[in-house]
Amino acid sequence: MHLNSIKHLRRRQLISASIRGMVLFFTALTLLPLVYILIYIIKQGIGSINWSFFTQLPRPVGETGGGIANALVGSLIIVGLATLLAIPIGIFSALYLSEHPQGRLAGMIRFCVEVLTGIPSIVVGIVAYDWLVRPMGSFSAFSGSVALSIMMLPIMIRSAEETLKRFPTHLREASLALGVPYYKTILQVLLPCSLSGVLSGIILSVARIVGETAPLLFTAFGNPYLSFHIFHPMHSLPLLIYNYAISPYDSWHQLAWGAALVLLCWILLLNILTRMIIRKWSVRY
Amino acid sequence: MPEPLLTHTSDKQLSSASSSAEASRSDSRSRRLASRISHAERKDQLFRQALLIAGLIVLCLVIAIFLTLIVGSIPSFRATGIHFFWGKVWDPVTEVFGALPFLAGTLLTSFLALFISLPFSLSIAIFLGEYFPPEKGKNHIAGVIREAVELIAGIPSVIYGFWGLFVLVPLVRQLEMKWNVLPYGVGILTASLILALMIIPYAASLGREIINMVPAELKEAAYSLGATRWEVIRHVVLPYARTGIFAGILLSLGRALGETMAVTMVIGNTSVLPKNIFSPGNTLASVIANEFTEAASKVYLSALIELGLVLFLVTTIIHLIGKRIIKQFST
Repeated sequence: MHLNSIKHLRRRQLISASIRGMVLFFTALTLLPLVYILIYIIKQGIGSINWSFFTQLPRPVGETGGGIANALVGSLIIVGLATLLAIPIGIFSALYLSEHPQGRLAGMIRFCVEVLTGIPSIVVGIVAYDWLVRPMGSFSAFSGSVALSIMMLPIMIRSAEETLKRFPTHLREASLALGVPYYKTILQVLLPCSLSGVLSGIILSVARIVGETAPLLFTAFGNPYLSFHIFHPMHSLPLLIYNYAISPYDSWHQLAWGAALVLLCWILLLNILTRMIIRKWSVRY
Repeated sequence: MPEPLLTHTSDKQLSSASSSAEASRSDSRSRRLASRISHAERKDQLFRQALLIAGLIVLCLVIAIFLTLIVGSIPSFRATGIHFFWGKVWDPVTEVFGALPFLAGTLLTSFLALFISLPFSLSIAIFLGEYFPPEKGKNHIAGVIREAVELIAGIPSVIYGFWGLFVLVPLVRQLEMKWNVLPYGVGILTASLILALMIIPYAASLGREIINMVPAELKEAAYSLGATRWEVIRHVVLPYARTGIFAGILLSLGRALGETMAVTMVIGNTSVLPKNIFSPGNTLASVIANEFTEAASKVYLSALIELGLVLFLVTTIIHLIGKRIIKQFST
């Protein structure tokens, strides 16, 4: 009897240990291709990165060299404009939600934010095409920015609301009791105290949309030349990667790998920045 | 709401104070004070309105998106009607639009991807959520893995597609030659594999969060009864987290259904009903990505918008259900 129960225990422990081994094995197995993707991009991309890669335009097929200056500038403009469009709406509606946690309208807005999170990016592209490209008669960087800003909103709003909600009531009451008007209380007490969350939400949403391609396919469309005009077609990094990846030319593939690496570094930097802001600036009440 | 009440009373007190000051003939000062207060009140109102308008913009945005898609798909619906959903032929030249090949392609790739990714994402979720939760201090490896998973989740889909085109497609082509099927390389299977890779990090981090929500008391109770680690996972953690994990699967499915670029690059883009998982095909998203800028006629464009509407409805409903379940689970 005694011996049996020890045997039984041994068996159960053995099963537990072997399952643990299996989970470890599966995790390693899963990480393998994922890490391989990272390494592959770095390995393929690193070779094409040099000074002219950032400063020159792509050359036609047959000529070596050339760079992705137009796509870099385009990405900066499109993403920058999208951020500028999204920030006021995003932050103000987050403030509205945090100020009216129970309201019926707030509930509806929250539902809409949830819907926005789930919309496939290609559908946002269709909508931006219908709203802007069709009436204006041409593809434009602006329409791409609008599409991207729609995609930024839900991430921004939720992150900001999450931090704003945590602002303690007594601080707000203290400010109001001193006779500080409501808008100043919000803008000069609540918002600065919640800055880490609000700012990291903004940066996180930028990181999320920097690589979006689908909404740009039929809004910004792409442009082989350097362009600063926001109502004309404009190139961007993800579009360049897509166009060059499906082209049959090796030199263009090289450029695309370089662009992919640049894009990846950009996203990584934004993520690190977010983490630093959360760690360094967050206010404990 | 106590806050606005507070401002009002303080304002009233101030104005009553100012009226008493009026009696003591410091007239101009009190008037200035009163005007400053009313000025601040006006600004307050403007500010409240600005907040409300921003919220309303978000609300209107979603309604407008929905209406745009509906209005845009009316011409196509008039032309093909309900037949749109089980028509097998998609031929823009003769204006015959049947979406069945894309519906089939979307469902096939998404469910296959989900099926492939499930054991892997679940094992990472258990690994990070139960065996090595990074919160508990010294698990540097788990911390690194968690960061890596999050970083990988942020890789844009176009880069996954690019990688798939150059690494996965030749690999699948070799496999297909071994299995004696037409070696396209691109097709449903390749798209499912790349989709599976893409949703693993997302599903894993969702699963980790859900497993972390399992109350520690329940696990401790099981351990104190002498259960082994596996028994705790098998009989406490997984049953408790079951609904949450199901919601996580739903959310990953929503992702996979709407995923565009990576799929577009490796699925082969033929608008014929796929015969098996090796044949090239198209999904709702990939056909929109490929043909939208080429759509010359009104009905053609409208048919593509109708595909977008279907995609929007399906992914949104799945997403909302998943979120609702997770919300219930966490409270």
